[in-house]
Amino acid sequence: MFKVTGARIDQASTCVLYSSRAALEMMDQSNHMGDATMGLYEDLGGAAAVDAAVDIFYRKVLKDNRISRFFAGVDMAKQAAKQKAFLTMAFGGPNNYTGLDMRKAHAPLVKQGLNDSHFDAVVEDLGATLKELKVPDHLIAKVAAIAETTRNDVLGR
Amino acid sequence: MLDCLTDQGHAVPSACRAGVCQSCLMRAVRGTVPEQAQHGMTPTMVARNLFLACQCFPTQDLEVALADDVIERIEAKVAAIETLSDEIRAVHIRPLAPFEYRAGQFVRLFMDVRTSRNYSLASVPLLDDDLMMHVRRVPGGQVSGWIFNQMKPGDTVTISEAFGDCFYVPGRSEQNLLLLGTGCGLAPLYGIVRDALNRGHRGRIHLYHGSRDACGLYLVEELDGLAVMHPNLRYRPCISEGPSADGYWAGTPLQAALDESPDLSGWRVYLCGNPQMVEAARLQTFLAGAGSSEIFADPFLPSGIAPMPPLNAQ
Repeated sequence: MFKVTGARIDQASTCVLYSSRAALEMMDQSNHMGDATMGLYEDLGGAAAVDAAVDIFYRKVLKDNRISRFFAGVDMAKQAAKQKAFLTMAFGGPNNYTGLDMRKAHAPLVKQGLNDSHFDAVVEDLGATLKELKVPDHLIAKVAAIAETTRNDVLGR
Repeated sequence: MLDCLTDQGHAVPSACRAGVCQSCLMRAVRGTVPEQAQHGMTPTMVARNLFLACQCFPTQDLEVALADDVIERIEAKVAAIETLSDEIRAVHIRPLAPFEYRAGQFVRLFMDVRTSRNYSLASVPLLDDDLMMHVRRVPGGQVSGWIFNQMKPGDTVTISEAFGDCFYVPGRSEQNLLLLGTGCGLAPLYGIVRDALNRGHRGRIHLYHGSRDACGLYLVEELDGLAVMHPNLRYRPCISEGPSADGYWAGTPLQAALDESPDLSGWRVYLCGNPQMVEAARLQTFLAGAGSSEIFADPFLPSGIAPMPPLNAQ
């Protein structure tokens, strides 16, 4: 068990306890997307929007015959967490994805035949999800553009 | 908190560091974490004081632990052993120290230092004085053999504290609840149903209990009686393979549930028992509209593959 005492931490290590507001600002700086996409994230509704979208999106993906085989036998709880992380990133939100993470995660699927058509299907399902949530078309286009930036990493090119 | 702990050399798992992946899940044993640190938690996780270390900026002293570490061993006495059917016994256990749990959680029961099994609790803290577990006689089973052949009232046993996410969370009394169980998976569901009813739950409570044949079903009369007293409770005993019988549904509990309620939007779902049933039901109830944060699963893995991580030497 670890005892975390408010007053004592800041001397022992480089980690200092900040107030909530300053902490959020630090989180902003650490994500590598920048101001433009944080604007998008806020426009979409932030974390609440991700929550609303993730189940709808994941259901579409699981029911999509073009790509459902890639999800067969996958631990649903873990996969849902990954979908949430993916949506957060696609919405321009804070994340720590690197191209390498995407490559490694999808390499086994590429071996099973993952290709552009499957990537397209996922982006399509994402768009349909946002349409269902009545997100305006111009914001959907921005989300699709962010998702597009991961294509080569996902497909290992 | 994640940075602080890892800087000081503690091995807390992490990945996204953005409050999403839940790798850094921890538990507040003493003290209260800020709300932000519990964002994204299901209601049962919040009730268990789980939080994300990467989102935690403490405002007070805290005692924390990795989420599933076994913390205590608790002495208890066997108060009674009740026969529920040829194959199934209810073991009533009385802890010798104050013991907190929620109906539907499970404890680890130690036969000896090396040998233990998880058993779900069928008892309800507000209704039952003692803990109650349902145990099936497993052919050649070490621990069930001990329980059936050697254990007797008055014996002292050792249990762990209570674990698990499958419990009733008050606050949404109109929500519809779907409970699917196979075999002794009925135990936690029996507790959750009685807990919900005792707290005045008004939404539908639909319990489907399945077994290959009628021998695996138990507490049938008790549940029928409960359903008569509570109009919002529906109880369906299901037989998936054996000969059909009056009053029993043919098929798996999952099939029976989806036949009767194909749209599960807004429902909370509890799944307990056979791991294949639990995983199939998790997928199908989700596709039928139940939210992923509203599905609670407690798969009963065969002995030797306990869902809890090994005991940590701290």
